[in-house]
This record gives sequence, structure tokens and C-alpha cells, in this order.
Amino acid sequence: MRGESLRRLWPLVALIAILLAITLVASLAPDVLQRRATQGLVNLVAVVGLYVFVGNSGVLSFGNVAFMAVGAYVSALLTMKAAAKSVFLPDLPGWLAAVEWPVFPAAIAGGLSAALLAFLVGLPLMRLSGISASIATFAVLVVTYVVLGNWTSVTGGQNSLMGLPIYIDVWTAFAWAAAAVAIAFAYQETRSALLLRASREDEAAAEATGVHIVRHRLIAFTISGFLSGIAGVLLAHFLGTVRVETFYLDLTFLVVAMLVIGGMGSLTGAVAGAVVIAALTELLRQAEIGVAVGGVTLAAPPGLGDAILALIMLLIILFRPKGIAGGKEIAWPGGARDAPPAKRKGGTA
Amino acid sequence: MDRIVQTLVDAVSVGGLYALTALGIGLIFGVMRLINFAHGELIMIAGYTLILLFGQPIAVAMIGAFVAAIVLALVTERVAFRPLRNADPATLLISSFALSFFLQKTLILLVGSRPKGIDFLPVLGRQIDVLGVRLQSLQIVTIVVSIALLGGLTWFLRATRFGLQMRAAAEDFRMARVLGVRANRVIAIAFAISGILAATVSCLVVAQTGIVQPRMGLQLVIIAFVGTVIGGLGSLSGAAIGGFLVGVATILLQALLPPDLRVFREAFVFVAVTLILLFRPQGLFPARGLRERI
Repeated sequence: MRGESLRRLWPLVALIAILLAITLVASLAPDVLQRRATQGLVNLVAVVGLYVFVGNSGVLSFGNVAFMAVGAYVSALLTMKAAAKSVFLPDLPGWLAAVEWPVFPAAIAGGLSAALLAFLVGLPLMRLSGISASIATFAVLVVTYVVLGNWTSVTGGQNSLMGLPIYIDVWTAFAWAAAAVAIAFAYQETRSALLLRASREDEAAAEATGVHIVRHRLIAFTISGFLSGIAGVLLAHFLGTVRVETFYLDLTFLVVAMLVIGGMGSLTGAVAGAVVIAALTELLRQAEIGVAVGGVTLAAPPGLGDAILALIMLLIILFRPKGIAGGKEIAWPGGARDAPPAKRKGGTA
Repeated sequence: MDRIVQTLVDAVSVGGLYALTALGIGLIFGVMRLINFAHGELIMIAGYTLILLFGQPIAVAMIGAFVAAIVLALVTERVAFRPLRNADPATLLISSFALSFFLQKTLILLVGSRPKGIDFLPVLGRQIDVLGVRLQSLQIVTIVVSIALLGGLTWFLRATRFGLQMRAAAEDFRMARVLGVRANRVIAIAFAISGILAATVSCLVVAQTGIVQPRMGLQLVIIAFVGTVIGGLGSLSGAAIGGFLVGVATILLQALLPPDLRVFREAFVFVAVTLILLFRPQGLFPARGLRERI
């Protein structure tokens, strides 16, 4: 019986062990590499947040970066020193100008605000058909961007907010990443998530058997909003500044690309995508800086990394639409001895 | 009085632009259930072709822009979408999203991301008197071109063989194939038309703003998407009307809102859209046959 439950928890244990190993290696590496690893772990939280909704529902969301933005701004406003706020945001309402929360409750508040927004916009949007909902989430991104970029008295508008406490290093990032993976895993083991995945595989059949698709999509969207909000908080307190431009199309593209390349169908895919793309981005960054060969620096043109990332995403969707992980969770070592014979179609979990 | 007429003309001309964009997207969605993000890059490539051919006669530059958009539309169909023809709409959506960013990033790699200025068709910037009201001739041209293209497309879809085949394909693709409609040809024609629509929009936008930049198409396309969704995905007239309404609403809000709320106009438009969807989740003009049949 204990073997059974360990086997069930295996993907979670394995994924966290892999992240722990990466973090351990990174913590011994030079500062620059450590920062890259931290950034990678922050991105991982964003990808896992997106996965919770997209992976389980099969509906693509372009709106999760908006939830990241909300998380980032809420946490920034709650944690900035009152003196800094009076400089950057002279018109801030009094009660908000005075608060100076500790970082952890502020992070949770950021996540919860994002979850609340996800719930509210999800109420109408989750009733749409899958493809219309995807497009509508894009509208959520645009609206959030417009509002945050112009609500000058509270967000500073187009200007950056600076002077946030910088507390995200490689270990805190790891702790949050592990927590995000655990939350995503715990959620996908619930009955609600199982029903949602049933609707992903066959919407009509699921509906006919009594699955309340709208409700389960909304639950997933809210949890996804929470994790994305946390990812935004982490990014803000990793960079120390918040700028509305950070949370728009480029970040959306990056997060979606990571999830698609890793494989939208499983948590393993989300983690794999974030890790592989982080490594690849670092390599391409090195290529853009250039390699000195006998006094001549050979450098790739700037912007090559983005073009290659987009190309990889395109190739993956054309030739391996289930991504690196193929829609499966990481396998129990020693093989699937007592799994049913491999005659099932597709192989999605 | 002057201001009211001017605002209305402005609203109709911008509405026309979004209607044309939404129609290009709706056409492709109709024949292959693909939400084409890369439609924005068709607009973009036409704009950059205008820059490339600047100095040549206007006609040459415009023909170049149309050819570039049509060729890119056909190539993307062949390379990125044909292999996925039987895939589900979500996969197609991701493919077009990836393609859109690939084209955009490749362009940035080649020419940089900075906006480029171009004085295209300066004649159209002139003011003209219409019934005692001063209007920009570009706006009149935009409205005339939009009406002409919408009319032409309606004629094409209603009165020609290919138009009939395209409507049949949009209604039930498998049935249309069984009845002898050539899938590849119909889809290629749809993409070519979307290229023509994109190039038209591009010429008008460039003449209006005088700026070409890598993201010029994406911004238009996002708003046009929303238009197709409130119009009712899969319905062509729905797409055109939806796009038109969103464009008109944007301009009217710009004129009617108090100045400090104007910057939020897109937010107001999209919130209004959300409210419409709350009551009509299938859009204003739901398409028949969109729901999967068992």
C-alpha cells in the first residue's frame, strides 16, 4: 500500500528532486549563472501556473501574463518603503502609501489578487467555446496592460516602480518553484481536474456524462491565476523593479513557447519546457555575446535567440505536437510492470 | 455639427479597417477553423514592402505590397498550416501564434525593431470640403475602399463558383470535399484573399500613420480577433460587423469619454465585449454548424 502511494506521488517527487539538483549545482556556480538559474526557476513558476489551466482544460490562455502583472504590482505596492512610494507615486491613496508589509504576506496577497481577477474574468469567459475563450484571454491581457499602463496614480503608468525589496535568490526561487509544482500536482490529482481532463479529451462526451465543464474550467483558471500571480511577484522581487512593458507580448510568447515545447499535456512537460528553454536561452545569449577566436569575436546577431525560440516552437507543433514530454508524466523507474498492455490509443495521461 | 460629422466619419473609417481585418481572419477560420495570428504579419510584410519600394512609382510599391502579402499568405499555408489540416483548432492556434512570432522576430533580426517613418500617399492627407464639412480625404478613401472590398467579396462569395465552394467548405468541410470541392484550391484562394485584405489594410494604415513597425499588424489583429468573436466565430458577415462595431466603439469612446478616461478606451471596449458575450456566448451572429456534431 505504501508502495502504491509512493508510486502515485512519484512524478512530484522526481520533479522536485530534479529542481533541487539544478538548484544545488547553481548555488555553487558563479553569480551570473546563479542569477540565470533563479530567473529560470521564476519562469518555471509562470509556466506551471499556465499549465494548470491549459494542460488540464486543453484551452490555450494568453491572459496569464496579465495575472503575473497584477501579482507583481500588488506585491510591489505593499512592500515598497513609504518613502520610495512618496517619490514614485505621490498621488497614491493615503492608506496604501503608508503600508509596508513583510514580503511573504505581500506575495500571498499578490497571488490572491491575481486569483480573484482570474475568477472574475473567468465567470463570463469560461462559458465561451474553447477557441473563443482563448482569444478572449488575449483581450484580458490587452485590457490589463492598458489599465496598468495608464492608471498613473497607483501604478506609475509607463514609468518603472523601483526600490522593491530584492529577496528572490536561487534558494527562495527553488522553494516557490517546488511549492508551485506541488500545488499543480495536488490539483491535478483531484476529481475536478480529472473531470476537466475528460472534457479536454472529448468535450461532447464529457458534457453528455454530466460534467459541468464551465465550473471545472473556472476552478482551474482561478488556481492558474494564483500561481501566475505568484510568478509575477517573484519576477518583481527578483528584478527589484516593475514595469508594465515587462508583462506583455514578449513574456506571453516566452511562457506559452515554454509550455508548448515542453508539452502542454503534463506537469512534467511544463517543467521540462522551462528547464530546456532556460538552458537554450543561456547558450544563445552566450552566442550573441560572442566567442573570441584568435583575436576576432564571432557573435550571433542580437535577436537571434528570439527568432530561434519561435522557430523551435513552430517545429515542435508541426512534428511533435505533444512536446518534449509527449503528454506523459515522468515514469516510475523500473518500467510499467503492472500497467495495462501498451495497446491504448494516443497515450495521453 | 462639424465635429459630430467628423467623428462619425472617423468612426466609420476606422470601423472599416477593422472590418477588413476581421474579414481576413474570419475567412480563414471559415475554411479551416484556424485563428490566424499571422494575419498581422501579412499586414506587416506589406508595410515593409512599401518601405523597400519607396521612391518607385506608387503603383509599383502598392503592387509589390500586395504580391508580398499574397505570397507570404500562400507560403505560410503550405508550410505551417497544411500539415496540420486535420489537427484540432487549439493546435492550429498555437501554430499560427508561433508562426506570427517567428515572422516578427525574424524581421526584427533583419531590419531591427525601431519604427520606420514613411510619407506614403501624402495626397491623401489633404482636407477636402464635403457638403460644407472639412474632412480628410484619406478617411473618405478608406470608407470607399472598405465598402468596395466588402461588396466585391460578397459578390465573389455569392456569385462565383469558387465563392460557392468556399461557403460550402465553411459550412461543412468534409461534405464539401465529398461533393467534389478541391480542398487545396479553396483554402489557397481563401489565403490569397486574406493576403489582399491584409495588404489593403496595410496601405491604408501606413498612409494614415506614416509609420511601419514590426508589431503594427499584431495590434490590429488583436482587436479584429475580438471583433470576430463578438460577431460569432465562423460567420463571415458576423466577422465584418463585429470588426466594424469594435472600431466604431473605439473612436466614439475616444470622442465621448472625459479626457482623463480616454486612455482606457480599449479597456472599456473589451469590457463591453465581455458583457455582450455574457448574454450571447456564441456571438451576435452565431454560425451554423460550428458545434461539433456527434
